[in-house]
Amino acid sequence: MRQDHTVAYLEGKAKEVRKTLLTMIHDAKSGHPGGSLSSADLMAALYFDELNIDPRNPKWEDRDRFVLSKGHACPVIYSCLALCGFFPYEIIHTLRKEGSILQGHPDMKRCPGIDISTGSLGQGLAVAVGMAIAAKRDAKSYRVFSIIGDGESDEGEIWEALNTASKYHLDNLVVILDNNGLQNDNSCAVVMPLGDMRAKFEAFGCKTFEIDGHDMKQITDTFAAIRSNREGEKPFAIVAHTVKGKGVSFMENVVAWHGMAPDDEQYARAMKEVEGGR
Amino acid sequence: MVGVREGRATREAYGEAILDLGRKDKRIYVVDCDIGKSCKTIPFFKELPEQEVNVGIAEQNACGIAAGLATCGKIPFVTTYAVFGSMRMLEMIRQEVCYPHLNVKIACSHGGFTPANDGASHQCVEDIGVLRTIPNMTVVAPADFDSAKALVKAAAVYDGPVYLRFTRDAAPSVYTSTDSFVIGKAVCLNKGTDITIISSGDVLFKAVLAAQELEAQGISVNLLDMHTVKPLDVAAVEDAMNTTKGIVTVEDHNIINGLGSAVAEVVAERGGFRLKRIGIMDQFGESAPYERLLEMNGITTGEIVREARSFLD
Repeated sequence: MRQDHTVAYLEGKAKEVRKTLLTMIHDAKSGHPGGSLSSADLMAALYFDELNIDPRNPKWEDRDRFVLSKGHACPVIYSCLALCGFFPYEIIHTLRKEGSILQGHPDMKRCPGIDISTGSLGQGLAVAVGMAIAAKRDAKSYRVFSIIGDGESDEGEIWEALNTASKYHLDNLVVILDNNGLQNDNSCAVVMPLGDMRAKFEAFGCKTFEIDGHDMKQITDTFAAIRSNREGEKPFAIVAHTVKGKGVSFMENVVAWHGMAPDDEQYARAMKEVEGGR
Repeated sequence: MVGVREGRATREAYGEAILDLGRKDKRIYVVDCDIGKSCKTIPFFKELPEQEVNVGIAEQNACGIAAGLATCGKIPFVTTYAVFGSMRMLEMIRQEVCYPHLNVKIACSHGGFTPANDGASHQCVEDIGVLRTIPNMTVVAPADFDSAKALVKAAAVYDGPVYLRFTRDAAPSVYTSTDSFVIGKAVCLNKGTDITIISSGDVLFKAVLAAQELEAQGISVNLLDMHTVKPLDVAAVEDAMNTTKGIVTVEDHNIINGLGSAVAEVVAERGGFRLKRIGIMDQFGESAPYERLLEMNGITTGEIVREARSFLD
């Protein structure tokens, strides 16, 4: 169920999420730490506070839905699900291994708590829009949250989905942009500059907020504002400015950590930094 | 032997069937892509607007939205033309529908050469091959109005992704409204012992006409409507191999990877049997009459008869 935790509590959870995802990726010897770490604070706020979900009943019909459109950041959602108790915590050590429920990209058929399989970029938001339309048509009160990447916003389907969200007045949809500024090959500014994303979301008909995606108070205040502000009949967008690799100094803002696992020494250092809060 | 009579376009059968389904079951949704008029879903939208979503000219998005609806218990039919439904949204079908095995149907008009004068951009000669390659996908090509109606209804109660291919123009009728169809099970339209003709979709009538001619010549024809190209009715193909001397396949699709290829896979693995495939000769069409386009590719009654007779030499 939805919680009402303190900022300090959620900051503690975000630390656990970071440690868990680093452990998973280190054990798997592959995975995507950069974009997992950049969204860790947003995800902690969602899974330990905002989302109306029940780990004992992952298919509960009236639950809030969550779509990780940037599916390669799945270590962050697996960490949240493990810490919430959707599956035994020890399973985190099986990431990317044969037979695991924790596939290299999220698989809804295998992993409890995954509402849609993702991994091919740009596709998740349209699915979230479909879920939000279903909720509206069924007069259900559940909401749909989706985290999208700035890199995957190169894809046209993201914008097609926003058009539809706006057309159908989906005020039960919250799109969160993990705006970490880096993509696979280089910075977004070099690969494909997208300009003023806040202005773009607004132009596509979203009620838009712009926040520091690592400031837990700003995150929870924004979620609270959205919760009490649905009469506008507009979908919500949050441009969350984040740092790729956030929380591990040598990973921060380094393109190479998009899809690389830390070795033993790097892992030990990373865990220490996250624990110490640097 | 069945007869061939004047018929209606199978896209019209889809329009009628989906409206019937939607009235009875509120889980049935149509996801339109601004061609509801051509795909005959306007009556559905007018009567059941709460079960329709029109995303505009944005097929990739349409597929994603259908997947989202399906996760919430709906049975969405994404409605567009075969070219867009099989290729513009292909990777979305793979990732968000087939991989998670969601209950989404892709219902497409303008299959094969049926949009004849629209030209090659709108004629779809690749859809069946492209979609039968994706795990978890079921591929259905009804032949005429009555079978299309029945197969749309069968698809609605079939759990999982289904691709349905309809015609733009009138397709000659072979069936009546009392005939029944099971997805994955071929219909035997004539029992015979000399040769087998297997067809599906809008050119089935050509196979029927050829079978009639062959029977008139004293040749006994085993005639199968393989309306479901995937999963193929392997038992029906094996039975044909056990009881007749050769198989001719006939399709309005590229000769590569369609019905003929699916049958060839079964025949080749067992070996020692004769097969001839008739289909589009790996080339694009052009703006021309439907019959002319088929002729340019040897998809004619005469050619079917000639190939069938060659097995008896």
